[in-house]
Amino acid sequence: MEEMGSDCSSSGLQELHVLAVDDSLVDRKVIERLLKISCCKVTAVESGRRALQYLGLDGERSSVGFDELKVNLIMTDYSMPGMTGYELLKKIKGSSKLREIPVVIMSSENVLARIDRCLEEGAEEFLVKPVKLSDVERLRDFILRGEEKNEREFSRKRKTSDDSCTPASSPSSSDSDLPSSPISPISVSTVSDEPRPKRARLLDDN
Amino acid sequence: MEVDQLQRSFLEYSRLLFHEGFLDGQFSQLQLLQDESNPDFVFEVVSLFFEDSERLLNDLTIALDQQNVDFKKIDAHVHQLKGSSSSIGAQRVKNVCIAFRNFCDEQNVEGCLRCLQQVKQEYLLVKTKLEAQLRLEQQIVAAGGAIPMLNEFC
Repeated sequence: MEEMGSDCSSSGLQELHVLAVDDSLVDRKVIERLLKISCCKVTAVESGRRALQYLGLDGERSSVGFDELKVNLIMTDYSMPGMTGYELLKKIKGSSKLREIPVVIMSSENVLARIDRCLEEGAEEFLVKPVKLSDVERLRDFILRGEEKNEREFSRKRKTSDDSCTPASSPSSSDSDLPSSPISPISVSTVSDEPRPKRARLLDDN
Repeated sequence: MEVDQLQRSFLEYSRLLFHEGFLDGQFSQLQLLQDESNPDFVFEVVSLFFEDSERLLNDLTIALDQQNVDFKKIDAHVHQLKGSSSSIGAQRVKNVCIAFRNFCDEQNVEGCLRCLQQVKQEYLLVKTKLEAQLRLEQQIVAAGGAIPMLNEFC
């Protein structure tokens, strides 16, 4: 049987910590495996509320200090009872503590208005379910490049600035020197000629 | 039985399942996620799907049996079933769910009842077939062989 990326330590990849949010047990299991096989650490929770608790944003003290659980990416289902993925996205982007964390929305429904709304609110990407291994790998690479870039910028700023260090910029705000990636940060107002794989795929579906 | 004979049977059986639309490419995707460190991954996900589906089918039966049918609730259940069947590649179950949701939108009780009947049938069919496929896998492993990949059926 083929081995798919099972040796994460020798691959030299930095391990991202991903928080996955989905009310479906089946989907949580799948996304967890997709992420682990792509050399990511995973925390999977079943609701937006639990996600906020984990991130320390629910007003109550979380059980562990936030710094220990640095989350590099949040992947959330859109349709969930209670708090939708969109509402979770808004809460995260509305928090000074958390807004830098990239958020990806997953949905089985390819409703353009929904996609636009999410992207407008600051979602990094909108993935149509079922999510595939190639989606996760591409996402991971994109986030990793952003993280590496942040670290370089941050250490550069530390060397050149006095006391005021601006926080590391969000991966989505600096895209000019990213290699051409299928998920280059999308600005809703631009209609680019470049094919956007996700959109094309959505329009092809049923 | 010889390992390669068992493997051939497994491939033949799987080919049929894909050809008849019981399974789609997503099932092959799941198989990609199985390896020595997680040899039972597909079995585990499929088992979760069975548990989830049986609960949902039960809830749907009860919901459609009410005097005043709550279409929102039914739609929510069908949406969940559509999601999980899609996630494991149970294509025929997923397709019935799509039709089912349309009847919910139309608030058509008769249509919903027919779909419920159909989705139960499709569920039982795919369950039986997945269990048969799993038995073939187990025979291969017991005979010391590796389970062939199903990428060609994507």
